[in-house]
Amino acid sequence: MEPLTWAEILGRMFWQFMPVWIALIVLFAVSAAFKRKLGLYGKLYDSPIGLIGFGLVMFWVFTGIFGAMDLIITHDPLAQVSGMKNKVPGTPMRGAEDGEYMYYLLGGDNLARDVFSRMVDGAWVVVQIAPLATLFAFMVGITLGLPAGYYGGKLDTLLSFLANLILAFPVILLFYLLVTPEIVATGVPNYMATVLFVFPIIFVGVLLNSRYYTQPKFRTPLLIGVLGVMIWVYLSLISEVGSKVHVLPGILDLFDIPGGILVVFVSVVFVNSPTVFRIVRGLAMDIKTRDYVAAAQTRGEGPWYIMLWEILPNARGPLIVDFCLRIGYTTILLGTLGFFGLGLPPESPDWGSTINEGRKLLSIYLHPALPPALALLSLVLGLNLLADGLREESLKD
Amino acid sequence: MILTALCLTFIVFFMTNLYPNLEKLAKTQGNFRMSDEAVESYLENNGYLQPVYLKYAQWLGVAPGWEREVENGWRGRCARGTVTREELDAAPTFCGILQGDWGYSTVFKDEVGTLVATRLGLTGKLMFFVLLLMVPMALIVGVLAGMKEGSKTDRTLSTFSIATTATPEYVSGVIFIAVFASSAVGLKWFKGTATAAMEDANFENFFLPVLTIALYGMGYIARMTRASMTEVMTAQYIRTARLKGVSFPNIVLKHALRNALIAPFTVIMLQFPWLLNGVVIVETLFNYKGFGWLLVQAAGNNDIELLLAVSVVSVIVVLVTQLISDIGYVFLNPRIRIS
Repeated sequence: MEPLTWAEILGRMFWQFMPVWIALIVLFAVSAAFKRKLGLYGKLYDSPIGLIGFGLVMFWVFTGIFGAMDLIITHDPLAQVSGMKNKVPGTPMRGAEDGEYMYYLLGGDNLARDVFSRMVDGAWVVVQIAPLATLFAFMVGITLGLPAGYYGGKLDTLLSFLANLILAFPVILLFYLLVTPEIVATGVPNYMATVLFVFPIIFVGVLLNSRYYTQPKFRTPLLIGVLGVMIWVYLSLISEVGSKVHVLPGILDLFDIPGGILVVFVSVVFVNSPTVFRIVRGLAMDIKTRDYVAAAQTRGEGPWYIMLWEILPNARGPLIVDFCLRIGYTTILLGTLGFFGLGLPPESPDWGSTINEGRKLLSIYLHPALPPALALLSLVLGLNLLADGLREESLKD
Repeated sequence: MILTALCLTFIVFFMTNLYPNLEKLAKTQGNFRMSDEAVESYLENNGYLQPVYLKYAQWLGVAPGWEREVENGWRGRCARGTVTREELDAAPTFCGILQGDWGYSTVFKDEVGTLVATRLGLTGKLMFFVLLLMVPMALIVGVLAGMKEGSKTDRTLSTFSIATTATPEYVSGVIFIAVFASSAVGLKWFKGTATAAMEDANFENFFLPVLTIALYGMGYIARMTRASMTEVMTAQYIRTARLKGVSFPNIVLKHALRNALIAPFTVIMLQFPWLLNGVVIVETLFNYKGFGWLLVQAAGNNDIELLLAVSVVSVIVVLVTQLISDIGYVFLNPRIRIS
C-alpha cells in the first residue's frame, strides 16, 4: 500500500474527529439559540476571541471524552507494532488485519506506537486531572483565603507566611522533592492528600451550614446526607490498599486512583493553592469594606455566612477568569511533570511525557514530539483566550 | 526573610533526608544491589543516620561536625574521605554554610561551592541575554499595543502576547528546534543544542535557548505594560497635552512612557522566579549545563548538599528580587517617594 499524502492524512484525521465536530456543532447551536438566557456564558457568544478560545477548549474536552470512549483513537495507545518504529506520518500498517485501522496517521514513535492515538489519549489525562485539580486548589485557597482576608491579624500573617513560603520554592524543585518514587514510598504525598482533600468537605459543610443554620429541620438531614457521601468519597480517595494511608477496608473502597496520578494531583493542587489564596485574600480584603457587608454585620449574620454568601458571590468575576487561566497553568504544570519524567508512569500517553520522549530524536524525527506539543499549545491558548473573552464580557456591565 | 530561608532549607533538608532517599543515595554511591546492612553501614559511616535536627545544625555550622572512627582511619564532616586522626584534628570543628563551607557533592565529586559558582556563571550569561532580548521586546510590544486601545495593532499584539504566555518553554523549544534546527526538514539556521555555547556563545548556538525563555516571560510583561499604558493614555494630563497640540509620538515618548513603566518594572522583577523555572526546562532541553541543569542532576540523584545549596541560591534570588521590586517601586513612583 502507498503511504498517504498530507491531504489524505488531514482528511482522515478530520474524519476520525467526526464525533467531536458533531458534539461541537450541537453545543454551539444549542447555546447560540438560548444565549440570552445563559448569563455570562451566553454573553461569551458575543465576543469572537472568547468564542474561539471556548471552541478550542471544548474541542479538546470532547476529544478527551470521546477518546476515552474509544471513538476516535485508531490503535491501542500502548500497543507496539513491529516495523512501525519512527515511521513517518501516513505510513500504512504492516500486516494489518481486517477490522484494524490501516494507517499510522501521524506516524509511529520510537517504541512503534501510534502517535495519533497517544495524542488523543493524552487529552483525556489532561481533561481528567487539570480542571479537578484546579477546583481543589480553589477550594483550599477560598477556605483559607476568606478568613485570612476577613479577619486579618495574626491568622492572616501566619497563613500569608506559609503561602509565601511555598511560592518562594522554584516549582520544579518542589516537584522533584514531592514526586519521586522514594518520597512516594515514605507516604508524604498520601499524608498531604489527606490534609488537602479535607478542604472541600470543610468548604461545603460550612457553606451549607451557614446558609440553613436558621432551619435546623432542613439543615441537619441535608448536612448528614451531603457530608456522608463526601466523607465516603474522601476516604476512598485517600485510602489505597498497600499505601501508607489505609483506612477503609477494600470492599468499602469505591475506587483506586491509578499509580502516580494521586501524587501528581496532590502536588499540582499544592503548587496552585497559595496563589489562589493570595487572590481570594486580596478580594476579601477589598470587599469586606462594602456597605452590604456592613449591612449583613448589622443584621447579626455570622462571619462565615458573610464570607461565603456575601463576599464570595461578589468576588466571582475575577475568580472565574482566574479559574480559566489556572486550568491552563495546571495543564502546563502537568506537562512539566511529564517532561521531567516525574509522577506518571513512563508509558503514560500524557503530552508532557510524549514530548519528553520525542525530543530525544528531535533532530531526525519530528513527528513524535510535534503533535503533543501543538495539542498542549492549542489547549492552553484556548483557555487563555477564553479567560480574556470572559474578562472583557464581565467588565461590560 | 531569613526566617523564610531557614524554613525553606529545613523543608528541603527534611525531604532529602527521609530514609528511602538516603537509601537511594547509598545505592547510587555504592552499587544498586547493595544489601540492607551495607546500606546501613554506608549511611552510618557517612554520618547520615544522626537525628535530622543535629544534621541540619551541622550543615548550618552552629553545631560541631560529626567524627567517626572506621576500619582504616577517621571520617568526619569537615574532612573529605577517610583520613588519619591528625588530619581530622587539623580540620576545623565547625563547617557549615556560616563558615562558607557548602559541603561536598556526591554526584560530581567536587566542592559544592565552586560547582554552584561556575554553573551560576553560565546561567547568568544565559539570563543576561534573555533579559536583553525580553525586556525591550516586551516593552515595545506593550507600549505599541497600549497606545490606542482597541485598534488593529492592539488586537494583533495582544493576541500575540496571549499566545506567548500560553506556550510553555518545552513546547516552544520543541517547535523552534523542529523549525530552525532539525537536520531532516526545517531551515537549519541554528543549532539544536547549546552545549558549545558554554565556552563560546555565538548567535548560532545560543539564540534558540534565549528566545525560548524570553518568549514565555515576554507575553506577561507585555500585557502588564499594555494595561498600564492604556490607563495612562486615558489620564487627564495626556488629554491636556493633546489639546495643546503636542504631536502623538511626543506624547507617547515624553508624557506617557515614564508613568506607564512603573508597573511593568515590578512585574519584570517578579518574573525572575518564573525565569528560573524556564531556565531549568530550557537547559535540559538544549543540554546547556548551567544552574538549572545542576538542579535536575542534584534532585535526580538526591545529592543532598548540592540540592541544598541550589535551593538556597534560588530562594535568595526570589527574596532579593522581591526586595528590589519593592524598593524600585518606591523609587520610581513619585507619589510614594515624596510622601
